[in-house]
Amino acid sequence: MERRRGTRKGKRLAPYLLGAPAAIWLGVFFLVPLVTMMSLSLQRCDSVTLACRMIWHFGEFPEQVSQFRPFFMRSLYYAGSATVIDLLVSFPIAYWIAFRAKRKNFFLLMLLLPFFVSFVIRTISWQFLLSDQGILLGTLKNLHLLPENFHVLATGTAVIAGIAYNFLPFTALPLYVSLERIDPHVLEAAHDLYASRRAAFAKVTIPLAVPGIFAAFLLTFVPGAGDYLNAQILGGTSNGMIGNVIQNKFLVFFDYPAASALSAILMGVMLIGIAAYAKVLGSRTIEEYI
Amino acid sequence: MPEVDVRLERVTKEFGDTVAVDDLSVDITEGEFFSMLGPSGCGKTTTLRMIGGFEDPTYGTVYLGGRDVTDDPPYRRDVNTVFQSYALFPHLNVFDNVAFGLRRKKVGKEEIQRRVQEVMHLVDLRGFGERKPGQMSGGQQQRVALARALVNSPKVLLLDEPLGALDLKLRKQMQLELKRIQQEVGITFIYVTHDQEEAMTMSDRLAVMRRGRIEQLGEPEEVYDNPATEFVAGFLGASNLLDGEIGSHQDGITTIKLSTGSTVLVPSDRMPPDVETQVKVGVRPEKITIRNDSEDLPAGYNSVSGLLRVATYIGVSHQYKIDGPGGTELTVYVQNLGAVTPPAPGEKVSLAWRPEHTFVVKPSASLSEEEEEE
Ligand SMILES: Nc1ncnc2c1ncn2[C@@H]1O[C@H](COP(=O)(O)OP(=O)(O)OP(=O)(O)O)[C@@H](O)[C@H]1O
Ligand SMILES: [Mg+2]
Repeated sequence: MERRRGTRKGKRLAPYLLGAPAAIWLGVFFLVPLVTMMSLSLQRCDSVTLACRMIWHFGEFPEQVSQFRPFFMRSLYYAGSATVIDLLVSFPIAYWIAFRAKRKNFFLLMLLLPFFVSFVIRTISWQFLLSDQGILLGTLKNLHLLPENFHVLATGTAVIAGIAYNFLPFTALPLYVSLERIDPHVLEAAHDLYASRRAAFAKVTIPLAVPGIFAAFLLTFVPGAGDYLNAQILGGTSNGMIGNVIQNKFLVFFDYPAASALSAILMGVMLIGIAAYAKVLGSRTIEEYI
Repeated sequence: MPEVDVRLERVTKEFGDTVAVDDLSVDITEGEFFSMLGPSGCGKTTTLRMIGGFEDPTYGTVYLGGRDVTDDPPYRRDVNTVFQSYALFPHLNVFDNVAFGLRRKKVGKEEIQRRVQEVMHLVDLRGFGERKPGQMSGGQQQRVALARALVNSPKVLLLDEPLGALDLKLRKQMQLELKRIQQEVGITFIYVTHDQEEAMTMSDRLAVMRRGRIEQLGEPEEVYDNPATEFVAGFLGASNLLDGEIGSHQDGITTIKLSTGSTVLVPSDRMPPDVETQVKVGVRPEKITIRNDSEDLPAGYNSVSGLLRVATYIGVSHQYKIDGPGGTELTVYVQNLGAVTPPAPGEKVSLAWRPEHTFVVKPSASLSEEEEEE
């Protein structure tokens, strides 16, 4: 009896014990910095000595929002456009690999191979590619297919293209996983029940891929909106994203309260957006499938 | 004369080196209950899939209602399938699963409601409409699969082991229901099963398949009482087989000499047309009467003698295992009439049966190899 109770107790504790490392990790590397950041945004710091003092200054938030509204808007717009592009581009690829390809692993590797190269190097090579007299535009201009003053670099388009390119695997992989999990017999059953290819796609494939689409969206949009490297390398001076502002405030101006407030705002906006989005199509289905 | 509903004409399906279905031809008539049975991997599912349109035949033609549909996709064939693996839509609840086909055919809302309720009642799943397939047992899922196909009242229904996951009682109940539906609505059923009893009791005709070919096709009694090959004799029910050699034909009676020296008589019209001299002589266990060796045989009966090894009493009948001539093991079923004292193990017995209960098949060399595959 005694022993059995012991094992049962062990069983009850097991989830907590197993979860402990993750909890400690999250506590130390996520919760503590988060709280620090939140509290920093309410403090005032001396820009020379960097000594900070809590003054409960909530005014930082509306101030930053009004001052950097265009940067916020650009972040959401660039990341949103890039996510849409990524979904449109990678869905057919993921679909093809999941349902049609003979050597799935090979094609998955081909899809991921470019991303074994460092993020910065990849982005800089886009700079070469898109530069005014570079391989792409230079050639097209020499062939008089483009006007001489045409340029892509230092535009929003370049930033969107960079983000879309850099985050493609984060879209493609979740999509692939969700499509690959669909039992082909289920699609046959749809055809058997008079669904044309198009109807089967709309009524069966897409609904079953929804959790993957949702995951792909999260994994692309969230880091995309916080990204600053693409804007910095490809965006020139007038297309900065909120990430660039935060980076500047932190590392150039040492304005920690402002940087913290901006980060908190970005986080808040995205959490609210995602919660709303999940309400509409995500959470219910995620619960059901996972 | 009912019309041919499904016709397979010299259909072959190859998967790489595997020949799943081998030059198979069959005509299935309208409203018929047609069963296919055979060992695992003999091509039953592949045959159904070609009728349903999920597999293109490598060679040959598929006709439905007289029309060549070989190149038609599944959704243009008035055929529904109950898949071996159910293949329910995991994101839809039971009601929406069942209503799927009707909605694609743009049936009105009220009619959908009515027909789905009706068929859910039929498969004994009332009140399960809101459940997701993942929240149901295997047997319940199987019944959803059945309902999902039945609700469309197609002309032809393909059923791939549709009752395999059900317990005996539910299985018997569903067998009766299916047979009733099939007769009432006049749907052509093409039914795959591993259960020979199920095939025998439900089918108008059945085909025993082996290695992608139909080994024998006919009405259940015909196939059972007069199996065409050693394989069919062994696959469909128990049978006793003895080696023999064809002797004389006289007055419509063929004499076959057993390897032990005794002879067996068979009506000549029960002889298969294409046998050579070496044959196997068979008789079903329930056709044999067992008697003590001393007793006289009824005139005109075939008989062999042997040593009773095992006697098993299973209520309705006695089962006996007898060491027969030439090291064969023979099985006898005797109905439990309770009148005579049954023979006991260790006794010498003689087994007798009527010539017209005797069947003759060609010996097939590779039977044991087939059994290994299973
Ligand atoms: N998609 C496929 N690719 C390769 N081989 C296949 C494929 N489908 C079936 N086969 C092979 O074809 C043969 C017939 O298979 P089939 O599924 O028709 O058998 P079955 O009679 O339905 O067996 P079971 O009773 O086990 O369901 C088997 O040898 C199988 O391995
Ligand atoms: Mg099968």
